[in-house]
Amino acid sequence: MVDTIVFIVAAVICLSGAFGVILARNPVHAALMLVMTLFGIAVQFVALEAHFLAAVQVIVYAGAIVVLFLFVIMLLGIDVSQSLEIGAMQSQKIAAFGFSGAGLAILGFLVNRVDNAATGRPPVGGAINDRTTNVSQLAGTLFDDYVYAFELTSVLLVIAVIGAVVLARKPTRAQVEAGGESEGSDA
Amino acid sequence: MEVTESWYLVLGALLFIIGGTGLLIRRNPLVMLMCVELMLNGVNLTFVAFSRMFSDIRGQTVVFFVLVVAAAEVVVGLGLVVAILRRQPEATADDLNVLKG
Repeated sequence: MVDTIVFIVAAVICLSGAFGVILARNPVHAALMLVMTLFGIAVQFVALEAHFLAAVQVIVYAGAIVVLFLFVIMLLGIDVSQSLEIGAMQSQKIAAFGFSGAGLAILGFLVNRVDNAATGRPPVGGAINDRTTNVSQLAGTLFDDYVYAFELTSVLLVIAVIGAVVLARKPTRAQVEAGGESEGSDA
Repeated sequence: MEVTESWYLVLGALLFIIGGTGLLIRRNPLVMLMCVELMLNGVNLTFVAFSRMFSDIRGQTVVFFVLVVAAAEVVVGLGLVVAILRRQPEATADDLNVLKG
């Protein structure tokens, strides 16, 4: 019973936050709604006994990624810009209706047709492994089976940081002068 | 009513659909990136639900890697957005057709 209540409350938080992201006119509101969705998903992770991922979800997503979004919004000063009020094109709306309609149709089909899709079957195994905690199990796979992939992610992050610095750097005075009148040539 | 894993799968699919719809109807590049995050989170929820369903921790390991790649994607994406909006402050995703060359 408690499980059901927790699931429904967290699901409502997730979905209302998701609708807030795509419907909010102001990008700051969209970012805050994204935080709401991410917290709801963290609750679902706890309910699914993925405790480490729930903590990481709050720290990395809500703590770092959304702050990065807000930082860029504030940095560019576009939180009051009128350009955000521009609606979607007609073709975009048609594509969006097509996408969401097809997605919901597939979902409804699966819920109806697949055996015990929405009700019935109890969890197969319960806890994944009752002897150790979730964190140590995750560490066991991460630092054993997938250790090379784990090391590669550090390379990926370094590349991303360097790329972001290069992209976001303001051109120096010398580069601006070298660019001269051909303003579009240097970026 | 007992909460089964398929409830989580349905919720993840709904988040994916909402995120994809938002990606199509919004033209602000920042909000489009947020919609991509919504889609990734729907998939993450699906992975964790399957991890529980099949009693296999590797589903959660995949989510860890998705988190890292999402962080890298956001960093580079926001760097691009900053570079674009600095050149053209009112730019929407449509204005990127200058990249056609």
